[in-house]
Amino acid sequence: MKTILMVFMCLIPMMGIAGVAKDMAEDPVLEKRMIGLAEKLRCLVCQNESLASSHSDLAEDLRREVREQMNKGMSDDEIIDYLVERYGDFVLYDPRVKSTTLLLWFGPFLLLGGGGLMLFLQLRKRKRTLMETKTELTPEAAQRAADLLNEQKDTQA
Amino acid sequence: MMRFLWPLIIFLVLVGFLFVGLSLKPREVPSPLIDKVAPAFTLPQLHAPTKQFSSEDMKGQVWLLNVWASWCVSCRQEHPILMDLSKQNIVPILGLDYKDKSADGMAWLREHGNPYWLSIVDKEGRVGIDYGVYGVPETYVIDKQGVIRYKQIGPVTVASLQEQILPLVAELQRK
Repeated sequence: MKTILMVFMCLIPMMGIAGVAKDMAEDPVLEKRMIGLAEKLRCLVCQNESLASSHSDLAEDLRREVREQMNKGMSDDEIIDYLVERYGDFVLYDPRVKSTTLLLWFGPFLLLGGGGLMLFLQLRKRKRTLMETKTELTPEAAQRAADLLNEQKDTQA
Repeated sequence: MMRFLWPLIIFLVLVGFLFVGLSLKPREVPSPLIDKVAPAFTLPQLHAPTKQFSSEDMKGQVWLLNVWASWCVSCRQEHPILMDLSKQNIVPILGLDYKDKSADGMAWLREHGNPYWLSIVDKEGRVGIDYGVYGVPETYVIDKQGVIRYKQIGPVTVASLQEQILPLVAELQRK
């Protein structure tokens, strides 16, 4: 009984291998291309995983679909269009540039530009107020400053 | 005072955005298929595997397509609501048994009751992909011209049925 159990337990890791092997295409070049494309696509079930790394059932089906379409000779762009038609822009990790994604793409630059402009204006204003407040020293103040400077020179010497 | 006003305004706007973000449901991805013609399919019937059923046969009436499976846990949650709806004879519900063994599907319907006007089987999930199914159960409202008008992701609730699905069905049936 024990030996049978042992043999069975040794087979368990093999099941894992069998599971992975099932998911591979015959052609390693095609499989590589499929994985490359699937890495750019989001799995809808586990939303923070790519289609390439997800183990969900749907991801497996979609990988099969992508593989079949590559076999049919469809280009990567055509396959992406096919998936976007069904699942929406959400499947793309790289959102397309269009009217609804303009803010997403260029918003950060807008913020950077706005911040830079504000910094520039602030610095200019500060400089101007400093210039305006600059006044001539009264003779007493000038004398005091000279005394202080002399004092410092004495202690250094 | 003015020098604190702008940072305060920016802070409040940010808080507003974050607050709205809390109520968004990232699970519910808007379907690009809304207001598009429903993908055509021809699939074997669950209770008569040798017979094919085509979506073309539904033209001219408003219908619901409910994607379910015997392995789907939250399908049990919506099932009593679908049973109720089917008894009212308002709108035919077509059941798409998604990535399921037919025997399991039939056993499930025997056990929980069958709300479907007809059941079809999508064993490999290909029609599911055409419809952009990613979280079973999903329910589509399809109009007389065969256009998808609404998609419910996740179980149908009493609220979604009363507030969205039934008013929409009534409106589409009047057209």
